[in-house]
Amino acid sequence: MWPLSIKRPGGVPIKVIIAFFLLIFCGLLIYVSATLPLRGDSLAPMHRDQSAVGSPGASAYYIRNAFRDTATPNMVTAILADYRGYDTLGEETVILTAGLICYLLLRKKER
Amino acid sequence: MRRFRRNIIILMVSKMVAPYIMLFAFYVIFHGHLSPGGGFQGGTLLSAAILLMRLTAGIKLGERQFKRILGTPLGSLGVLIYFGVGFLALLWGGEFLNYAYLPFGLTPEKLRYLGILLVEIGVGIAVAAILVSIYDDLLEHNNE
Repeated sequence: MWPLSIKRPGGVPIKVIIAFFLLIFCGLLIYVSATLPLRGDSLAPMHRDQSAVGSPGASAYYIRNAFRDTATPNMVTAILADYRGYDTLGEETVILTAGLICYLLLRKKER
Repeated sequence: MRRFRRNIIILMVSKMVAPYIMLFAFYVIFHGHLSPGGGFQGGTLLSAAILLMRLTAGIKLGERQFKRILGTPLGSLGVLIYFGVGFLALLWGGEFLNYAYLPFGLTPEKLRYLGILLVEIGVGIAVAAILVSIYDDLLEHNNE
């Protein structure tokens, strides 16, 4: 790889190329964001009962059944800790691992 | 390196503020069923209350509140609570983390409610302890 500040012999500096691609990507994202569904739109693809290929959708099920299944008024908590329990378990393990690695790397040995 | 100096005004103010931050942290953890909040947010607030005392009073006085050596064991305890709830449901005939099978003799909905609460407590303990532990590791004997 060429370092960012050095000019390539006989060519466009690499900074300019990176900026060019970043601008293209930025324009692409802005263009796509105009076509996103509105918040709370019940006809958006992610909120439908069935996806385009016919598999059942998750979010409609959560909205209908979260309170009945868990007696928890806060649907976010019900999804986070109950329906998606594995995910939260993994997150907590990640935090524990980060703490343990800080412990191993930074703490001085006490002789 | 800058030396640590205790400032009496900041110390007094944070001494008054820290218990209320801690109380609010417990509110956020235990009220996560009804309002925005939960284990991660409450644990972060709890660690903020502890770290406030460490920043203002120094590590010597801060260790009276929360021992430095307790960081990683309490973090592991939090993860163990989470795993334990999952395995309890597994042992009593359900799937891993299916709180409806917990052996407490309630209706399945109430059992799920209880399971979510236990799990959130575990997450809160782990997050608070680990954040304090990371702060202590970064500081490491520079603070008198």
